[in-house]
Amino acid sequence: MAAPNRVRLARFAARGAGFAARLRGGRASVFPGYVALKVKPDLVPTLLAGRPVCLVSGTNGKTTTTAMITAALGPGTATNRDGANLPAGWASALLEAARSAPAVLEVDEAYLPALLEAAPHALAVLLNLTRDQLDRHSETRMLAEHWHDALTSHPEVRVVANADDPLVAWAASAAFHVTWVAGGGEWRADAAACPACGSLLDRVGGEWSCPACGLRRPQPTVVPTLTTLRVGGVDYPLRVSLPGRANRGNLAMATAAANLLGMPIDRALAEIAGLRSVSGRYGRHRVNGHEVIVLLAKNPAGWCETLDVIDELLPDHSGTVVVAVNARGPDGRDPSWLWDVPFEQLAGRAVIATGERATDLAVRLDHARVTYTKDTRPPLVAAASAGADPVVVAATYTNFLAVSRELARDG
Amino acid sequence: MADSVVDIALIFPELLGTYGDGGNALVLARRLERRGIENRILEIGIDDPVPRSAAIYLLGGGEDSPQFTALNALRTSGALAAGVDAGAVVLAVCAGFQLVGTTLWGPDGPVDGLGLLDAATTRAPSRLVGEVAVRDEQLDTGWLVGFENHRGVTTPGAGANPLGTRTPERGFATDGAVHGRVVGTYLHGPVLARNPRLADRLLEWVVGPLDPLADPQADLLHEERCAEVIGSRARGGAARALSRRLPWRRP
Repeated sequence: MAAPNRVRLARFAARGAGFAARLRGGRASVFPGYVALKVKPDLVPTLLAGRPVCLVSGTNGKTTTTAMITAALGPGTATNRDGANLPAGWASALLEAARSAPAVLEVDEAYLPALLEAAPHALAVLLNLTRDQLDRHSETRMLAEHWHDALTSHPEVRVVANADDPLVAWAASAAFHVTWVAGGGEWRADAAACPACGSLLDRVGGEWSCPACGLRRPQPTVVPTLTTLRVGGVDYPLRVSLPGRANRGNLAMATAAANLLGMPIDRALAEIAGLRSVSGRYGRHRVNGHEVIVLLAKNPAGWCETLDVIDELLPDHSGTVVVAVNARGPDGRDPSWLWDVPFEQLAGRAVIATGERATDLAVRLDHARVTYTKDTRPPLVAAASAGADPVVVAATYTNFLAVSRELARDG
Repeated sequence: MADSVVDIALIFPELLGTYGDGGNALVLARRLERRGIENRILEIGIDDPVPRSAAIYLLGGGEDSPQFTALNALRTSGALAAGVDAGAVVLAVCAGFQLVGTTLWGPDGPVDGLGLLDAATTRAPSRLVGEVAVRDEQLDTGWLVGFENHRGVTTPGAGANPLGTRTPERGFATDGAVHGRVVGTYLHGPVLARNPRLADRLLEWVVGPLDPLADPQADLLHEERCAEVIGSRARGGAARALSRRLPWRRP
C-alpha cells in the first residue's frame, strides 16, 4: 500500500510546513500545499474525492464569490482564502479541513480544465471571461475554448453560469446541467464576436445573439435586482452587504451555487448578508487618522465595476481615490490596459496616482482630463496625504497584497 | 493644412483594440489640441462606412477571428487603400500591422492581406512576449519602447524598410515596417503614449513641422521605460526573469 502512505506522508509534511509558516507570521495559505505537492504531485484528485466540490472561476469576482458560497455553506467548509487559487493553494485548503468537508475552491481560469478533469463530480461556477494578464493568457477566447473543451469531455459536470457573458455562456453550453444566472457584465469589449462562429454579435439592451449561428443569451432563472433576488419566479428580499452592481451579480451566482449544494435560498442569502469584507476588500480601516477602504482593480472589466463601487462608497465626489498600479507578474506585466479603463469617470474627484507604474497611470489620467497628485511612495503612505475622507485605495494585485498585509499587521 | 480639421480615424475599435489601442487616438488628438490645431477622432465601427479621406488611420491589435472580420471589411470597402493613395498616414499595430501587409497567417494557411505595406507575416516558433525597445532607423525618433505579445512575425519585402533594430531580439533582429506614410509595428497598444516623438512625427506628416510640446509625464514615461528595457540588458535581466517564474498567487 505505497500510495496511501505517500498521502499520509504528504499530510504530515504539510502540517510541518503549516506550523513553520505560521511561526514566521504567515497565514499558511500556500506553503503547506506546496510542500505536500512536492511529496505527492498528484495529491489534489485524492483530496477532492469523496466530498462535495464547488469550483469557482472567471476573470473577476472569484475571491468574493468563493467567500459568499463558503459563508452560505457555513463553518467547516474547505476553502482557499486570500486568492490562493493555484494548486498549492487548493492543496493547502483541502489538507486543512476535515476529509469529508465540502470544498469551495477558487480556481485560476487557466487551471479550471485540469481541475474539472480531477473532479468531474464538481459543481462549476463560471463567472466571466475578460481581458486580463494578456501576457500570460494571450487571448480571452482561447480560455473560453479550453473551458468548452473540458466540459465537452465531462458534460456531467453541473454548472452555474453567467448568461450575460457570451464567452461563458458558450463554454457552459457544452454541459448537460446548467443553471443560468443574470450575473452581469458591463464590459463587453471582449465578446464583440460570437465565440462559437466568429460573427459579430447583435446586442439589444442586456440581450445578445448571433445572427449567423443562433447562439444567444440563455434565459436566466436567477436574476438579481437592487432589492430582490428572483429565483425561478420567486422573489427573495436582498440585504446587500457588499457595494456595487458586480457584487449583486456575484451574490446571485453564489446563492444559486449554494442552493445546488443543498442550502435553502433564504438561509444562503442571510448568511451571505453577514459578509462585510473579503480578504481585505471592502472593509473600513483606520490608517494614520484616515478612514481607508481597499479595493482590488486589476483589469478594464474589473475597473468598470470598481468605478461603480467608488460612486456608491464616495457619493457626490466626496472622499479621495488612490489608484495604485504595478506591472509585476501577478498584475500582468503590460499596463496597456490602463487605456481601456474609462478613467474619465474620475474627473472632478480628488485622485492620487501611485505604484511602480505611476507614470503610465499619470499619462493616462492626463488624457482622461483627471486632475491628480502623483505620489510614488507606498499606497498607504500616499493615502495619508489625502485631503478628504474616506479614502478608497484601488490597487492592482501586488499593491493590493502589500496593502492588505500592512493592514493585517497593524490590526 | 494646419487651418483645416485633422480627422483621426480609429478603425474598428471593437475588433482591433485588445490592448488599449484607442489610447493612440487620444494622444494624437491631445497633441494637436494643445497646439491649437482642430481635430476629430472618428471611431469607425464595423457597420460604419470607412472614410476615404481621413488624415490618419489607426489600426490596433485583436484576436484571430476579429482580425479576419476586419480584414474582409477593409478589403470590401477599399477606403483605407484610397486613403493611402491620397497620402494619408497609417499607424498599424500588431494584428493591424499584419492585415495591412501582403500575406498573413490564416486558420488554413497564408491569406492575402490588404497589401498597403510590403511585409509578409509568418509564424514564430513561440510567442514573443515582453517589453521591447526598437532603435528607429527610419523616422528619426530615437528609441521607441513598448510591449509586444504576438505569435506572428512580419518581415518587410523589397518595397518597405524595417522600422528599426530590436532589444532584446527574442530571435528576431528587427521590428516593424515603413513605406511612405504607412508604419507597422508590434509595439502594441498605446505605443504613442509611450513614444511622444513618434506621435509628433506622424502628425508632422499631416500638418508640417511642429514645435516640441511640454508633456512632462509622457516624456518621463518614455525615459523610464527606455531605462528599464535597454538598461536591463546590462543589469538584473536574469534576476527579473527568475522572479517572474516564482509561483505567484493571484485573485
